[in-house]
Amino acid sequence: MNGYKLALRHKRSLLGLAFIIPWLLGFVFMFATPLIQSIRFSFSKLTVNPSGFILEPVGWANFKEALFVDATFNRILTQSVSEMVLNVPMILFFSLFSATLLNQKFRGRVLARAIFFLPVILASNAISAAETAGLINLVGDSTVVNEMGETASTYNIMSMVMILSDIGMPLSFVDYIVQAITRIYDIITSSGVQILIFLAALQSVPGAMYEVAKMEGATAYESFWKITFPLVSPLILTNVIYTIIDSFTGSAVTDMIFSTAFTTQNFGLSAAMSWIYTIIISVILVIIGVLLSRRVHYN
Amino acid sequence: MEASQAVRTEDNKYRLLKIKNKTIDTLYAIFRYALVIGISFIIIYPLLMKFSVAFKDKIDIYNPTIYMVPVNFTLDNMKMAMEILNYFPLLGNTLVFVIVTTLLTTASCALAGYGFARFSFPGSNLLFALVILTILVPTSTLMVPMYLHFRSFDILGVLHLFTGKQGVNLLNTYWPSIITSATAIGLKAGLFIYIFRQFFKGMPKEIEEAALIDGAGGVKTFLKIMLPNAVPPIITVVLFCFVWQYNDTFFTSLFMSESALMPIKISTLSAQANALIPGLMGAIGGANVKADPNHVAMIIDTGILLAIIPLIILYLVVQRYFVESVERSGIIG
Repeated sequence: MNGYKLALRHKRSLLGLAFIIPWLLGFVFMFATPLIQSIRFSFSKLTVNPSGFILEPVGWANFKEALFVDATFNRILTQSVSEMVLNVPMILFFSLFSATLLNQKFRGRVLARAIFFLPVILASNAISAAETAGLINLVGDSTVVNEMGETASTYNIMSMVMILSDIGMPLSFVDYIVQAITRIYDIITSSGVQILIFLAALQSVPGAMYEVAKMEGATAYESFWKITFPLVSPLILTNVIYTIIDSFTGSAVTDMIFSTAFTTQNFGLSAAMSWIYTIIISVILVIIGVLLSRRVHYN
Repeated sequence: MEASQAVRTEDNKYRLLKIKNKTIDTLYAIFRYALVIGISFIIIYPLLMKFSVAFKDKIDIYNPTIYMVPVNFTLDNMKMAMEILNYFPLLGNTLVFVIVTTLLTTASCALAGYGFARFSFPGSNLLFALVILTILVPTSTLMVPMYLHFRSFDILGVLHLFTGKQGVNLLNTYWPSIITSATAIGLKAGLFIYIFRQFFKGMPKEIEEAALIDGAGGVKTFLKIMLPNAVPPIITVVLFCFVWQYNDTFFTSLFMSESALMPIKISTLSAQANALIPGLMGAIGGANVKADPNHVAMIIDTGILLAIIPLIILYLVVQRYFVESVERSGIIG
């Protein structure tokens, strides 16, 4: 009897392995091997020849070149990492806000939802690349395009700054809000999936809880902070992580790593750059994970 | 007398309170509509602009009195953009590619998700942690080795052993994407495995036990019992996978930079439009004739619109399932 049971368990675990075999193969050959190779590449000089490639170990030279010699890498790295760090809270705030808005009952809600999720399908790198190319083509200069992008939405920003600083807000906070306003289009278009996730979370909050809170005399504001927020808080972590990994595609660093590899053919340097980027991202992810998971309410 | 007075004041108090509540509600509703309409406008404004540009005649570019609604309607822009993009063959090609990769990704991710949700084998937790790792590592880290890998594709040197060749060059074929999606490691596949796992974990175990008692094996249980019940995550994954594949420029430009796929063509549309428009306009003078930049911009906008129209149609059809299935797919579990 005992032997039969063990055999059954054995069989089950073999079956389980069979189910994940496609993924396991992919993981070993398409993820783990390239990952290890990428570490090796970052410490060597790689030359491509018709039948494959030749590696020449160079130690830390690639990393040194990326950090101290290359003129633009540091700037682009700090710029896009700090942009990401700035965007995360704004996207979170906006998506939670929109999700609560879309969760309420009002006429035309179906249409509003349809429009709010449109960015999920339209946020495309190909489209934005074509759009910038078209704009560069139109004005004939790429720096002008960048300036245009900045000034296009800054029509009355100064008066806004004045008002905010007059009511005694710290200047750095004012700066942050103003940035949020000028980048509102970016934030809205990149928070489609996050709204979807928050909305799904909001729908799973039992309505009876709000009824009880109302009977006990809680205001809408109180019931948001005491009921809604704690119950969707696990999803905040999910959304932060999603926002961060979503920023990989189309970030300036990724573009630079790509062009270092395939335009200037410096594969080793490109691998070193991508590892620096990966390490910075993982440090940020670990910090956010530790900070948030302490505060999150799990039921 | 005094009692009725008291009743009346009480009555008035309630009436006042009711009016107050009602005004607050109305004000809030107005505020909410203003917000929703404002945000919706920001989202659809670029789309409206593209529609307006696509049907606008060339003469209207320099007419400053025109806003959104063109005076001279024309389909010339559409025709020209279609000609430059070679639209219908391109669209067919892209759709075949995207549908194949989507189906493969969904299948392999569903298998893996089920395997992780229901079976415990040595190291299963560690392996699932590795799935999460595949989500978190930026794709740019794997870019160069993957490229070289597919440039001379050869698993464990098997091919070299048998034929003596150095491996096959799979670049500029569809194979890199097909292989990565069939092995559940392609575009954001880790996320899809996670979605499937969460859903299968939430299904009651009794169903499977009943199937087992009735004599169904593990594979049969999966195909006949679990999959038909897993419609919400399947819809979610198929939709997201389709859209992301359709929009993806990273992997396509890495592996298939010369293939006729929509994202590649769209991102290089500007250069092509510049080169081809003078010829299409029938200009004499050859390469020296430059296209009017405003006209090129118009064609680019039309091209972008043509590229996203299939997605918009798809979205309009499945939009209602989109929200529902994400709610029920167990991401939030």
